[in-house]
Amino acid sequence: MALTGKNKERAQRVGMGVGVALVLGWCLLPVVWIVSLSFKSQQAVTNGSPGFLPADGGGAGFDNYRQVLQDGDFLLAIRNSAVVSLSATILSVAIATLAAYAIARLEFKGKKFVLTTALVIAMFPVVSLVGPLFDMWRTIGLYDTWYGLIIPYISFTLPLAIWTLSAFFREIPWEMEQAAQVDGATSWQAFRKVIVPLAAPGVFTAAILTFFFAWNDFVFGISLTSTENARPIPAALSFFVGADPFNRPASLLAAGAVVATVPIVVLVLFFQRKIVAGLTAGAVKG
Amino acid sequence: MATIEMKNIVKKYGDGFPAVNDVSIDVADGEFLILVGPSGCGKSTLLRMIVGLEDISGGDMVIGGKRVNDLAPRDRNLSMVFQNYALYPHLSVYENIAFPLRLQKRPEKEIDEKVREASKTLDLDEHLERKPANLSGGQRQRVAMGRAIVREADAFLFDEPLSNLDAKLRGQMRTEIARLQKKLGITTVYVTHDQTEAMTLGDRVAVMKRGILQQLATPRELYEQPVNLFVAGFIGSPPMNFLPATVENGQVTLPFGTFPLPAAKAERTEGKGLLMAGIRPEHFEDVSVIGADSVDQARTFKATIDVREWLGDQQYAYVPYEAEPQVQDQLRELARESDGESLRTQLVVSLDAASKGEDGEHTTLFIDTDQMHLFDPSSGENLTVNA
Repeated sequence: MALTGKNKERAQRVGMGVGVALVLGWCLLPVVWIVSLSFKSQQAVTNGSPGFLPADGGGAGFDNYRQVLQDGDFLLAIRNSAVVSLSATILSVAIATLAAYAIARLEFKGKKFVLTTALVIAMFPVVSLVGPLFDMWRTIGLYDTWYGLIIPYISFTLPLAIWTLSAFFREIPWEMEQAAQVDGATSWQAFRKVIVPLAAPGVFTAAILTFFFAWNDFVFGISLTSTENARPIPAALSFFVGADPFNRPASLLAAGAVVATVPIVVLVLFFQRKIVAGLTAGAVKG
Repeated sequence: MATIEMKNIVKKYGDGFPAVNDVSIDVADGEFLILVGPSGCGKSTLLRMIVGLEDISGGDMVIGGKRVNDLAPRDRNLSMVFQNYALYPHLSVYENIAFPLRLQKRPEKEIDEKVREASKTLDLDEHLERKPANLSGGQRQRVAMGRAIVREADAFLFDEPLSNLDAKLRGQMRTEIARLQKKLGITTVYVTHDQTEAMTLGDRVAVMKRGILQQLATPRELYEQPVNLFVAGFIGSPPMNFLPATVENGQVTLPFGTFPLPAAKAERTEGKGLLMAGIRPEHFEDVSVIGADSVDQARTFKATIDVREWLGDQQYAYVPYEAEPQVQDQLRELARESDGESLRTQLVVSLDAASKGEDGEHTTLFIDTDQMHLFDPSSGENLTVNA
């Protein structure tokens, strides 16, 4: 029996809904589970608390969060992560914007070389660099400092930022700048007042990608720091051992993980429209 | 306001190819000068050298008595309208127009006054808060002009500003530009490949070909006294007819017959072998329309018209003829140089709208040899200028 147009449309919509629900469930289940864990008491987790909602008497309310946020080391970790990630993002995007502009606009010797090298660096396995960096940083005195993390973050995020941004700059017609220069702008003014605003979606995309990388990094965080002087959140979470090393405070860890995730989620929601505009604007001309 | 003097301007690119070769043009204060030519003739390059977006390889560019070769665009105080408008998409119409003033750090009150004045002149008042993306082509064009006039620059430069508009709007904007230029009285250099714009707008027109200035003259002079084959073929639509010709005993022999030639023209061309005769479509007429009695019978001939295009106020008729291969080659070359294509050797004549007749029928045409030009086929030079 052939489906009528209306029924077919309805069936399509239902199918679509089911599909979306499946994908969302698959992606979000772990996140939701961590949130659920973070509201259970330590006792309940140890004894086994299979339900999604805390069993009677097994709920901890916001106790875990209170405990996490009262933990001095964890607060310092948040501070470290914030400072390191933001500095790395700002510096990386600033450098990448200038570099990408030069690559998009100027013809110079070694342009191809710069671009390929950037790509090679982006493909370099992070782990292979940790050892040498550890040695170097200890000699130079950058070990366990903010700079010791900011520098590798910048160097690993720059390539992607440069590639993204130079694609954006290439889309901007030359005439824009020429018009600005005829209107009386210096090259720098033309860049700042015309080119950068036009490439704003690209700048935001690069900034968010960079921030993700820095905020989520674990390898550098754990290997290049030793104290709460510079240790970022992902590394700090792994040191959340509690009194009994064989019985890790799962609910506390979960609360810590949620606290670490919130800034990223907020950031993404805040810049979501700009990123979407950015990702498509680079691909489609006009 | 200022004069623009170009002295032996040369532009050579990296491969040594001269895109602009030894061009000298003086633009008077308040003059409207048109640079015209087929694509790749160097007209845009020359304009960009005036404004400073292109380096000058040789010669002097003097604006308002000051040599500007080494000045950056922003120090030349010129304003330019680009072919694709180059509006700033992130700024409103108001801010687009205000942009040059803001760069000069003028006081807010003055900026507002000037922007409002420009927007009034260009009828943009209701669009001031909109973004360029939401405007039509004609409106964008006006915003680009607003940005140019708001500055009180020494000169306006236009780079094919109307080529992105549709035909009707182009006509309106052309008139608008002419009116604006008259009103403001600012020295203007205008690049176009459209000869209608060139003829209607310019006080003087510079015709260029392959980087070389061919002729610099008023539109009327270009049309009536072209200095060479290229200018003759480029200016005018439909273009001038070119025919192989020989002049002997005060008579010119064309593929259709032999006609008397005015003494002044004959004198300069007699005994020079095979020449190229140029005669415009409107210098033919249907004898049956003007009446056989009032026509010099020696200057008529029978023609076979194969196609007529009746336009209401006039009509074009096409008369095919046979030509020798070497003549055909040269005609083809000529057509190619002015961005056209000649498929067959034919005469285009513009006749009175009243002229009737079946296609393929013989019609007696009058040819006004007083208006004919004769060109040296090898150099292309017009042998009968002002004769």
